[in-house]
Amino acid sequence: MTALAAGTGAILANRRGWLGALSDHFWRRPGLLIFLMLLPAILWLGIVYLGSLLALLLQSFFSIDEFSGLINREFTLKTYAELLRPQNLDIIVRTTSMAALVTLASAVVAFPIAYMAARYARGKWKALFYLAIMLPLWASYLVKIYAWKLILAKEGILNWAFEQLHLKWLLEAWLSIPVIGGNSLSISYTGTFLVFLYVWMPFMILPIQAAIERVPTNLLDASADLGATPRQTFWKVIFPLALPGVIAGSIFTFSLTLGDYIIPQIIGNSQFFIGQAVYSHQGTAGNIPLAAAFTVVPIVIMGLYLWLAKRAGAFDAL
Amino acid sequence: MTTAVSLHNVSRHFGSVRAMDGVDLVVAPGEFFAMLGPSGSGKTTCLRLIAGFEQPTSGRIEIFGEAVEGVPPYRRNVNTVFQDYALFPHMNVRDNVAFSLMLRKVDKAERYRAAEAALELVRLTGYGDRRPGQLSGGQRQRVALARAIVNKPKVLLLDEPLGALDLKLREQMQEELKALQKQLGITFIFVTHDQGEALSMADRVAVFNAGRIMQVGTPEEIYRRPQTRFVADFVGSSNVLPPEFVLSVAGVSRWASLRPEAISVSQASDGAAPLTGTVVTRSYTGSTTRLGIDLAGQRLTAVVPASGDLPHEGDRVTVSFPTDALHFMENPE
Repeated sequence: MTALAAGTGAILANRRGWLGALSDHFWRRPGLLIFLMLLPAILWLGIVYLGSLLALLLQSFFSIDEFSGLINREFTLKTYAELLRPQNLDIIVRTTSMAALVTLASAVVAFPIAYMAARYARGKWKALFYLAIMLPLWASYLVKIYAWKLILAKEGILNWAFEQLHLKWLLEAWLSIPVIGGNSLSISYTGTFLVFLYVWMPFMILPIQAAIERVPTNLLDASADLGATPRQTFWKVIFPLALPGVIAGSIFTFSLTLGDYIIPQIIGNSQFFIGQAVYSHQGTAGNIPLAAAFTVVPIVIMGLYLWLAKRAGAFDAL
Repeated sequence: MTTAVSLHNVSRHFGSVRAMDGVDLVVAPGEFFAMLGPSGSGKTTCLRLIAGFEQPTSGRIEIFGEAVEGVPPYRRNVNTVFQDYALFPHMNVRDNVAFSLMLRKVDKAERYRAAEAALELVRLTGYGDRRPGQLSGGQRQRVALARAIVNKPKVLLLDEPLGALDLKLREQMQEELKALQKQLGITFIFVTHDQGEALSMADRVAVFNAGRIMQVGTPEEIYRRPQTRFVADFVGSSNVLPPEFVLSVAGVSRWASLRPEAISVSQASDGAAPLTGTVVTRSYTGSTTRLGIDLAGQRLTAVVPASGDLPHEGDRVTVSFPTDALHFMENPE
């Protein structure tokens, strides 16, 4: 390195100590600073996170000896073939359908809320909005789920409310529908769905709100000016521009639902979801390869989903 | 006679702020009309009222004889070129231009043909596949223009459309806009804070200040015969002369304006000339030089040819102008 001007103090300010020298050094070599700042993240992501993910992937190519229960460390696709057994395929289809429905419903419910917050809420109303959205995230996940169990139970407040409104027949008609119905809301797929919807809602609202906030209002003026009714402006301008936010939100709701194993365990009809299958296979059953193979399923589904979203042009407005 | 746009006693108040206050205005069909004024003078509000983005607090607006009270922008056959273009970032140039036709369910081949024709009109043939983000400021401006004229509106509103362009491009676009307006025969209403732009392009100019119209007239009327001190000062930077001064040089006690280029300046001779002063500022602008002269407390600005022997700052000079160059203002306030 060439000798560096230290400065006389008259024209160039004097360097202040070794920290000052360090600042000067980083200023001349910004790449070094960026490398140092990225280092912890690279170490964490690269070794701890990606490393364990690869180890998991590796496990999924092993198999279990059905008699001894020992892991056979030879490369095989046998475990993946096991995923295709009817009872396992059921779990995958059930979980994916639930995740898709929860995602779709969250987007529909979240969009108007996010739109109002982005376009109309100002000052303290905006603060109130953030508080209302974030507040449920501060409470313990388990507490909320048990609260929902009580709300949805046969003796719960929801049932009571339907009774008071003389709409109990409606609830009963709903619960008598096969598959989605059940003895009460708290032990039906409808209940599982409602709780998923509630728990992941903030993860859908916030990205959509951020995306809508970035749409300049003069684009809406321009759209109206060119003859678009509010409905057309929504579908041709606002929605396409907010779509990256919807996709970001759906990545949260979709993957969180795919991976969750607490909610379906507490609320619903004791049929397994992917998360529960992973939990039981790596635990009591001791079938680590199958648990690993199950874990790969949501990763593949998410990859597929993002690829399709990209192909459909969902990220064009980014 | 039909009028393209007329405003009758229109006001727009935002709380206690009077963005527009009792404005009367008539724009004739096929006219190139400029609304000129400093920022906050109400000219953009006026444009937004005509487009329908805002509703007047009171008063009546008509477009080709039809009252537009309560009519939303999407039902007005009026299109706008926005100050920052407002192009849709998720669509390519062709789809941006064809947007209004797409809304009207014009079939794809037809609307793309119309979009190409509009792009040709603004000399952007072959740019249809690009995204707005890939264009320069001048090109975006042209796309915004093509998008606004593709549907052949009755009135085209332009909100400082040249504000973000550099000088050279701005001059070129001024000529093109003028030619385009002649070619299409559409009424253009153009908002600007640049008096040069307003004077060079418009058939008529309305000068706005503090929510009111100060004067409406042809560029020549506005420039040569400003009715108020504000107009004299804002348009062409005329010298505004108070009654006492005018009394001493012209024998009448009235407010007057005097254009800077009407003044001739020579080095002071020994003889006692009527108007002698000191040069305080001197700035060279290329073809001319602008001199600030102090005449015993009265500041005068003179614009003189840059060639020849010019006085320096601090020099004593004699100032003269023909008395008929003085324009007496009817309504000095």
